[in-house]
Amino acid sequence: MSFINYSTREINCKIVYYGPGLCGKTTNLQYIFRRMNPESRGKMISLATETDRTLFFDFLPVSMGEIRGFKTRFHLYTVPGQVFYDASRRLILRGVDGVVFCADSQLTRMDSNLESFDNLKINLREQGYDPDRIPMVLQYNKRDINSVASLSELHALLNYRNVPEFESVATTGVGVFETLKAIIKLVLIDLKKGRK
Amino acid sequence: MNPGHFILYEKEYNEIQSVLMKLLADSYAKVVFLVDKNGSLLSSAGETGNFDTTSLASLAAGNIAATGGLASLIGEKEFSILFHEGERDNMHISVVDNRLILVVIFDRRSSIGLVRLRVRRADEFLERILRSIDEAAQKEEEGEGVIEELTEADIETLFK
Repeated sequence: MSFINYSTREINCKIVYYGPGLCGKTTNLQYIFRRMNPESRGKMISLATETDRTLFFDFLPVSMGEIRGFKTRFHLYTVPGQVFYDASRRLILRGVDGVVFCADSQLTRMDSNLESFDNLKINLREQGYDPDRIPMVLQYNKRDINSVASLSELHALLNYRNVPEFESVATTGVGVFETLKAIIKLVLIDLKKGRK
Repeated sequence: MNPGHFILYEKEYNEIQSVLMKLLADSYAKVVFLVDKNGSLLSSAGETGNFDTTSLASLAAGNIAATGGLASLIGEKEFSILFHEGERDNMHISVVDNRLILVVIFDRRSSIGLVRLRVRRADEFLERILRSIDEAAQKEEEGEGVIEELTEADIETLFK
């Protein structure tokens, strides 16, 4: 649920990066954090285990400038990808305005991608969202690795809605901002429509 | 209220600000802030310059969400008040009207008892304001139309 403050003229929206464990959700946020002008982003918070696996969430607030005199702020969250953290994932999806599903392109991870994508749909429904209507972007990450699925295979596996999709290498930043821009556009268009 | 977004207009914002200022003074707190359950900061009062309020808001919401999850596991609806005691500063976090989170940070100049008492009073005022926000949203009289009139061209300007 976005928050619009007419007094301070601000629009706040929540975007969640979802996907299987080790697909690169945190790496996306880390790259955005490193590359954005410090004046346009806040601190990045990572609630992680000692081995740097996301335990609860990562959080990065970013400002994208003004539209019609309103400052736009986006709160980027990641979920913990590991299967057994499902209760945490459900909590983080509360109030979400848009989802980036980050898939791991490696052939060996196709089952994990599908399992996570199905889990996303279940958890969205539990929070009262329609998984077929919520603003969503797909990101096929780790395109620099040799044994990866083709774009058409990933499309066939995950993109039944035909939402915007991007190839990425989050470690080097390929596709990271393209993904972010696409989800921000979809969220703002959806906000205009005023539906959940 | 529009199910898709929570809109706060100037009148209600100023009223919330007054409630927070009064709570700050009455409870001898250092900082008071109000957050929605999704972690967006609505308003704050006090020594906010010393704190990263955006991060605090997000973590307070995460805290409430996590303890809410714990509560449901033991058959409770939610834990509506959380208290964290530090060496120097303490934090009192409470849920307002099941949708907002009121955070009070205080040190030894105040006490948990006083904070709890003042928060309860502030809750009543905040709930009243929330009701008027709901009414305003239902009437949609004050809608300045900025959001509805957004065009794709406007959105594109963000990325130029």
